[in-house]
Amino acid sequence: MASDPAHERQGHDAPHDDSHEDRAARIRRLLATEGPAVHENTVGFNEGRYESVARLDDYEALKEEARTIKEDAIERLPALVEAVTEAVEARGGHVHLAADAADANRYIAEVCTDADADHVVKSKSMTSEEIAVNDALADAGLRVTETDLGEWVLQLADDAPSHLVAPAIHKSREEIARLFEHTFDLEDPPETATELTRFARERLGEHLADADVGLTGANFVTADTGTITLVTSEGNARKTVAATDTHVAVAGVEKLVPTVEDLAPFVELIGRSGTGQDITSYVSLLTPPVDTPTLDFDADETGDPETREFHLVLLDNGRLDMREDDDLRETLYCIRCSACANTCANFQQVGGHAFGGETYTGGIATGWEAGVHGLDAAAAFNDLCTGCSRCVEACPVGIDIPWINTVVRDRLNRSGETDRFDFLVDGLTPDAESGGPPLQKRFFGNFERVARLASATAPLSNRLAATDVVRAAMERTLGVDRRRALPQFRRETLVEWFAGRPDPLVTDAFDDVTREVVLYPDLYTNHVHVERGKAAVRVLEALGVRVVVPPVGSSGRAPFSQGMVSTARAHAEAVTDTLLTHVEVGRDVVTVEPSDLAMFRSDYHHLLDDDRFERLAAASFGCLEYCYGLFEHDERRTEQFDVPPADRRVAFHGHCQQRTLGLDGYTEGVLERLGCDVATSTVECCGMAGSFGYKDDYYELSVAVGEDLRDQFTVEGCADRTVVAGGTSCVEQLDALLDRPATHPVELLARALV
Amino acid sequence: MSSVGSFTASLSELDVPWTRSTVDALDGVLDDVLAPPTVAAPLGLDGYSLTDRSDVTLDPTPGDLDGATTGLTAAGPAIADYGSVVVRADAAGSEPVSLYCERHVAVVAESAVLPSMRAAIGELGDAIRDGLTGAVVATGPSATADMGELVYGAHGPTEVHVVVVEGR
Repeated sequence: MASDPAHERQGHDAPHDDSHEDRAARIRRLLATEGPAVHENTVGFNEGRYESVARLDDYEALKEEARTIKEDAIERLPALVEAVTEAVEARGGHVHLAADAADANRYIAEVCTDADADHVVKSKSMTSEEIAVNDALADAGLRVTETDLGEWVLQLADDAPSHLVAPAIHKSREEIARLFEHTFDLEDPPETATELTRFARERLGEHLADADVGLTGANFVTADTGTITLVTSEGNARKTVAATDTHVAVAGVEKLVPTVEDLAPFVELIGRSGTGQDITSYVSLLTPPVDTPTLDFDADETGDPETREFHLVLLDNGRLDMREDDDLRETLYCIRCSACANTCANFQQVGGHAFGGETYTGGIATGWEAGVHGLDAAAAFNDLCTGCSRCVEACPVGIDIPWINTVVRDRLNRSGETDRFDFLVDGLTPDAESGGPPLQKRFFGNFERVARLASATAPLSNRLAATDVVRAAMERTLGVDRRRALPQFRRETLVEWFAGRPDPLVTDAFDDVTREVVLYPDLYTNHVHVERGKAAVRVLEALGVRVVVPPVGSSGRAPFSQGMVSTARAHAEAVTDTLLTHVEVGRDVVTVEPSDLAMFRSDYHHLLDDDRFERLAAASFGCLEYCYGLFEHDERRTEQFDVPPADRRVAFHGHCQQRTLGLDGYTEGVLERLGCDVATSTVECCGMAGSFGYKDDYYELSVAVGEDLRDQFTVEGCADRTVVAGGTSCVEQLDALLDRPATHPVELLARALV
Repeated sequence: MSSVGSFTASLSELDVPWTRSTVDALDGVLDDVLAPPTVAAPLGLDGYSLTDRSDVTLDPTPGDLDGATTGLTAAGPAIADYGSVVVRADAAGSEPVSLYCERHVAVVAESAVLPSMRAAIGELGDAIRDGLTGAVVATGPSATADMGELVYGAHGPTEVHVVVVEGR
């Protein structure tokens, strides 16, 4: 009850149970219940972020600076801990470096006991959620009141935060009104947002006046002065400090930055990145004990500021080990702004009660949960990261969040037990994995072998796979959702077609005809969308480029997505061996599929040595990017095309990874140069994301994400446009959701050839 | 644009009302913007004292804070790019005075208006190393979206009025 909010708060009711049915049912429930409120808020935050960062003179430089400060701070962390301890103690404060949650809680409880406290008020702090301090203080006989309005709502509802910044984002106004009415048994209950806020302010004002100890978190702590920075909007953190005589700040050790001046880029970035506000209402720089009179509301007296006490609890709880971990270290740069959650198409649909662990939510939660609560805490939600990579550019410190998710997935795979159905895929799965990735991951991760077999036996393989009995078996054993259409494999691959065709006539009409390219026969283009590959060959040759399509293995995108890093690395090495022999004789590498280009240009830096990665990355291009460059070299090339009237109005969806690489503009540029009017979607991802949309646990989520895209392409002014998308996955998703076909842009170009 | 011009433009964008005033005209301005009862902390302007104003309570008790409608404090630096004012903690109670009332009236010397966040944090860094224990970069009123839509006046003031003192 409200009069005694010091009850135990439950964690997420997320079962750490891996069974397919539970997970699918849970996602379905959240899509229907919390999804709409989460969607409205996160999409609003995300749009606000784009607008707010655009108002900065040099956003990228600010991010670079923030990143550099964090890298340096984590590198020098032990020295910064020493420095801050000295600074705080010199001012009469106390510092406790807590090894773990129990240690931190014991210390905080002791501080409260020493202060003769019976009531603690808290401002919002994820770190305090991590250590479950409320439970610990309740056990010690203390009352604890959350004073952030969202946190208070959750405390009353016995619920857990679903978002790093807006903890009650999943609650609608109506739900909060009902909660207040029932909790406080009100005759004339507040209803509007203003009435609800006023009610909460009054109730919490009484708690603040009554409390003895104020517990805050810290967004940043400066090592030089011991300054606690709190980024807030409500003013409750200010009151939590002003109204109590004893201030306890709990902060992860990673919150340390060297100097006050280092705060500048973070203060400018944090609100913009999170909720899309240029700055929040209050950024408090407290160097306690603060020189503010103490406030005794009962006696109606102020007191000497000198009597204020301050304790800084710096929490390790796994962080110093994360600092030694080459793959998890970046997590410590996180400033918990929530950009990765808001920009994530999956998070936007289900929120942190699905996409989150014991404490943390969103893309970066995988790193935090694995680091502070252990690998298993990340297991239940880690697969919700599809690696779309949209969070990477949104992150103010540029953390490679998809890589952290991949690494944790890999570690989870290795800790797994062998699946009882493994014999089914053993023949299909020549992977390099030790331990036991789950069967479904091995199936999708070794998709190259599947595709080869299916092509070799097509069309029989397609007919067989379409039968009810096979679809049912695939769903039961592999979790391949039977509502998804399967790829139709082609008997003749692109590579076979190319080898067997007569020598082409390559025009020499252009002055700069020196280019030769390898058209990379990715798995889908080679085995499934062979026409797309042929279209790319025709377009490139029409532009005066000599093309070769040699047999090359798959890029490793498929195993990489499943967290099968060793297998992906083996693919990367083999593909790079082959492609570099072409690069060495002066050929460029042109790709049809953006997710493979993203491997060559970005992900391979995790898998290859720097030299090989950089040589391949520098020589690799998307096919529309390449066309754009060719147009730049010789404008006359555009005369090779005459776009038919039906294709002149285009609805374009930029592939997620293509956008992160900054390459979607080339498709728009090429199409506009050829006279097309292009309307581009603003959704972050189509929701298909390779294998994700095939998995029965995630099918409905995948469709929900796709519906945002469908809605944009079916509004008036867009509904009659030719749909163009760069990725195989995007085209599949759009084909499933729209009544009109979607096309790869190179196919649109091919049909416009004069 | 001067820093002051850009500061007041930022305030207007935030829907924060502002007034420019000389020290001599300040009492008249305060007559307009203080909604009684008013609690205050000294404004730190040479040649001006709030002790002459009978409508203002200095060194307020917690009860005074609770009962007041307006909190009047000095602020500085101010940040032109953001329309922010910095409230400094002091023994006179600037922090609670600026926080507990419905309306916060912040009085900023023209010379305290700095162009950027970086400049302000630089100045605060020096001040903190010199002993400043609390600085709140306050931008507009207190706000929350936790109750289903944006509401001003969550725990802090519902409205803010900024007075820029010319020639100081």
